[in-house]
Amino acid sequence: MRELSLNVLDVAQNSVAANAKNIEIEALTDTAANTLLLGIYDDGKGMTPEQLAAVRDPFFTTRTTRKVGLGVPLFKMAAEMTGGTLEMESEVGVGTKVKAFFHTDHVDFVPLGDMANTIVTLAAMNETIRFRYRYEVDGRAFVFDTREIQAILGDVPMNDPSIMNWMTAYINENMQAITEVQ
Amino acid sequence: MKSLEELMALRDAAKAKMTTRDDSTAVTRVVVGMATCGIAAGARPVMNKFTEEIEKRNLTNVTVAQTGCIGMCQYEPIVEVTEPGKEKVTYVLMTPEKATKVVVDHLVNGNPVVEYTVGALKK
Repeated sequence: MRELSLNVLDVAQNSVAANAKNIEIEALTDTAANTLLLGIYDDGKGMTPEQLAAVRDPFFTTRTTRKVGLGVPLFKMAAEMTGGTLEMESEVGVGTKVKAFFHTDHVDFVPLGDMANTIVTLAAMNETIRFRYRYEVDGRAFVFDTREIQAILGDVPMNDPSIMNWMTAYINENMQAITEVQ
Repeated sequence: MKSLEELMALRDAAKAKMTTRDDSTAVTRVVVGMATCGIAAGARPVMNKFTEEIEKRNLTNVTVAQTGCIGMCQYEPIVEVTEPGKEKVTYVLMTPEKATKVVVDHLVNGNPVVEYTVGALKK
C-alpha cells in the first residue's frame, strides 16, 4: 500500500463485513515521541480465539471464495517495518479492535496519506453504519462523527457527491488546523 | 474553514435535485472493487474520479457503489457498469484518466469503451 490510509480503508472493510453498527477509527500522533497509533474498533460479530490467532496469517480467511486474506497481514507488516507492532483483541458478539503502532521517524515509515478520503469513502458507502473518526496530535483532537452529519442532512444521503466533497474538505481543514498549531 | 451552515445549504440544494430526479428512468450502477487487491492497485482515486465526473456532468441517474474482490486481482482496479436492461460491462486495469473517458463515452453517450473492457484483454 502506498499510504497507511489505504490500509485503514482496507482493514475497516473487515468491520463492515462483520456487520458492525459502530466503527471507530483513531489516528493519534505524538510528535515528541515520534509515534503514531492507528486504531480500528468495531462492534461487529467478533472472532473466536482460534480465528483471532489465525488472522495474522495471510493464508487464513473466513471467505469461502478463495484461501487468502491479506488485509491484516499487510497492515501488520507496515507497522513492523518501522519497529512497531500490531495488536488485536476480539470477542464473539462484542467486536474487534485492531491497533497498529508506528515509529514515524523510521526510514520505512509509510506516510499516513489521505485519511479524509478514507473516512468519506467508508461513510458514504455505508450509510447505516456510524463512523467516528478521532484525529489527535499531541493531545489536540478533532472528532468527525457521521451521526452529527446525518442529523443535519436528514434524508439527503452522504453519498451525494457535493456532500462527499464537503466532508472531505471539512475533515482535511480540521486535521490541518490541528497539525499546524505550534 | 468549512462550516456546518455550508453543509445545510448543500443539503437543501441536494434535496431540490432529488425532487427533480426523473424516477421513471432506472438507475445506472457503477461498482468499484474495493477489497485489498483493488485498493492496493489504486481503486480509491478511480472511485473519486467517477464521483467527481458524475457530479460535474450532473448525471442524476447514476450511482457509485463499491464491492469486494471478484477474483481477478491481477486486473484491478475493476469497475462494473450496469445499465438498466443491458448486459453488464466490466472495465479492467482502470485509472482516473480512463474513468473520465468511461463517464463521457459510456455514461453520457451510451458507447462502452471496448478497449478498456475485460473482453479486450490479450489472452
